Amino acid sequence: MIWTTLIFAGLVTFFTRFSMIALLKKNHFGPRLRVVLSYVPSAVFPAIIFPAVFLNSTGQLVFLDNPKVLAALVAVLIGYLTESVIATIVSGLAVLWLLIFFI
Amino acid sequence: MTVKSKIFIKGCFDVMPLLIPVVPFGIIFGVIGIESGLGSTVTFLMSIIIFAGSSQLAFAQLFTGGATTAVIVSSVAIINSRHFLYSAVVAQYLTKLKLFWKIILSYFLTDQAFIVSQKYFTQQSKNKYRHYHLLGSGFTLWFVWQLATVTGIILGEIIPKELNLAFAVPLTFISLIIVDIKKIDHLIVAITSGIFAIIFFNLPLKTYIVIAAAAGILVAFGLSHTRLYRK
Repeated sequence: MIWTTLIFAGLVTFFTRFSMIALLKKNHFGPRLRVVLSYVPSAVFPAIIFPAVFLNSTGQLVFLDNPKVLAALVAVLIGYLTESVIATIVSGLAVLWLLIFFI
Repeated sequence: MTVKSKIFIKGCFDVMPLLIPVVPFGIIFGVIGIESGLGSTVTFLMSIIIFAGSSQLAFAQLFTGGATTAVIVSSVAIINSRHFLYSAVVAQYLTKLKLFWKIILSYFLTDQAFIVSQKYFTQQSKNKYRHYHLLGSGFTLWFVWQLATVTGIILGEIIPKELNLAFAVPLTFISLIIVDIKKIDHLIVAITSGIFAIIFFNLPLKTYIVIAAAAGILVAFGLSHTRLYRK
């Protein structure tokens, strides 16, 4: 099962990279399609971020008494100010550990 | 040194500044791969077979949640759909190459390699060996990605579960969109997708990720309409 999934995921990824190189002679993408594609990360990644931050292990929505919410908020703030991938991840983990292990 | 190897080496060096976030990202993927129960072999081979970090992380996350092949593969497809754009942009510079070259260069067409080599291509419109630049940037990124994954796999076997390192997954994704969501339209798309994901989270087969992405893209489509026609 896992191998089938992995092979298909690999093939589909390769297809996204190879398709246009194989088909196009010049750049045919219209401005509209480019704009929509530029939104893909903003449209997909929150679908992973939100459940991982706001839901507990049984899938219940928890805002208060949830260390992950505060940790994520600090990470967003640090990321917003520094625009650094590493600072964002490290600050979020640091706050989570602080809340879990010391408070 | 031949012209070809000079261009190849330039590609290797041009991509290096962009490798700084790639190293911790690869390490995080290796650790998460082990923590999600993929095992070291699958985790290692995933970095070779898929070779696209954020989709690999989503794969591991969905796999732990018990998602089906269809949901995992479609999520990977959506996350990697941005490559269509890269592929369309570099296509015009690679038309004269043999199929074998096109296959190799497609495999190496990552975010970072695209950024540096596309810039080089626009500057070198007459150079017939310019594709060696993408080979250099792509290969360098590939090599570093594999090393980082292996480091993560080794660390993943040692690091205790109590550290909650799985939380690095949403944090990594936050770091990847943080610059985009400074713009209000991107923020609207992101919040729409996030709310849809929460609402539909308990649907069977983890389909929420596909639904949330579709909702986000639909809103983006609407916004792109207003944005383009306002100009």
